[in-house]
Amino acid sequence: MAAHSDHSNDYQQTGDIPKAQTKVIWKTFFILVALTAVEFLFAFTMDAGTLRNAIFIILTIFKAFYIVAEFMHLKHEAKALIWSILIPMALVIWLMVALISEGSYYFDSIRNYFN
Amino acid sequence: MSTSTTLEAPKTGTWDGGNEPLKASYGKLMMWFFLLSDAFTFGALLIVYGLSRHSHLPYTGSPDDFTFSTEWWPIPEKVFNAFPGFHGVDLPLAFVALMTMILILSSVTMVLAVEAGHRMDKNDVQKWLMWTILFGSIFLGCQAWEWAHFITGTDEGMLLADGTRIFGANLTMNQYGPPLFADLFFFITGFHGTHVLSGVVLLVMIFINTVNGVYHKRGHYEMVEKVGLYWHFVDLVWVFVFTFFYLI
Repeated sequence: MAAHSDHSNDYQQTGDIPKAQTKVIWKTFFILVALTAVEFLFAFTMDAGTLRNAIFIILTIFKAFYIVAEFMHLKHEAKALIWSILIPMALVIWLMVALISEGSYYFDSIRNYFN
Repeated sequence: MSTSTTLEAPKTGTWDGGNEPLKASYGKLMMWFFLLSDAFTFGALLIVYGLSRHSHLPYTGSPDDFTFSTEWWPIPEKVFNAFPGFHGVDLPLAFVALMTMILILSSVTMVLAVEAGHRMDKNDVQKWLMWTILFGSIFLGCQAWEWAHFITGTDEGMLLADGTRIFGANLTMNQYGPPLFADLFFFITGFHGTHVLSGVVLLVMIFINTVNGVYHKRGHYEMVEKVGLYWHFVDLVWVFVFTFFYLI
C-alpha cells in the first residue's frame, strides 16, 4: 500500500485515460454463450444417458476454464499462483471418493429418516 | 575500509525477504484461498446431490409419459418448465436459461469494471458496477420467483395412492418426487443465492466507495478486482449447479 500512497494528486487528472481493451472479454462471453447453447441443444435433441451426462460435464469444465482463466485472470497470473490454486482442486477427486464410499454406507443407514 | 557499506548491502537471496513469488497482493491471495475453500463446500453439496440421486430409482419409461412420483427421481425438464406470465405452458428449462444468461452477462460487466479500474477510469468503473448490481439483483429476483413457484406447485400436483393430491414442496414432502429432491433444491440453490446476495451487498459497497472517489485517491482499484474475483466465482458455481441440477 505504501507504494501507492503518493497518488493523492492524481485525483483531478482527466483526459489521459487509455482506451478500453475489451476484445478478449467479449470473445470469452461469446464462447460461454455458445457452450451454453450447445448444452441446450444436447438437452433437447439427445436421450438422457451416461454419454449425454459426460458431454454435459465436459462442456461445463470448458466453461469453468474460460471463467477462471479469463474472467478471474488466473491464466495471466504467476505460475506459482496458478498451481497453488489448481493442485488443491485435485483433492476434489478424493472428496468424491470419500463421500461416495463412506457416504453411501452412512446414507443407507439414515435414508429412512428422509423417506 | 568502511564497514557500514557491507552492513547496509541489501540481501537478495530467495529467503531474505522482499520477494513476491506469487506476484499478487495479500488481499487477492486470501480471496483466492477463500474461494478455494468455498469450492470445496459447493463440491461437497453437489457430490451429495449426485449420491442421493444415484441411490434413488431413475424413471425408466418414456419421457412423454412422465408423472411425478416419490418412487423415482424426477426429470429436471419436467420440474423446471414454468415461465412467468406463461401459466400452464410447458417451457422446459427456458427460465433457467434466462437466469444463466443474466448471470454470465453480469460476469462480463464485472470484468469490464475491473478493466476500467486498471485504466483509472472512474466513470467507466461506476457504469459497469451499476450494470453488475442490476443484473445481480435481477438474478436474485428470478430465483425468488422460481422458489415461489417451486413451493406453490403446479395445478395438477401429485396424485397419492389414497386419492388425495399434494401441491408444491416443503422440506418434508413435495409433489415432484422424493423429499430429498426438494431438500437439496432448497439447500443448493439457496446457498448459491446467499452467495449472490452477499456479492450484491459487496458490489453496492464498492460502488459507493467508487462514487466517493475512495479508490481514485488510493491510486488503485484493487478492491474492485477482489470483489470481481468473488463475483466470477459465484458465476462459476452457477455453471456447475446448472449442469448438475437442471441438465443431468
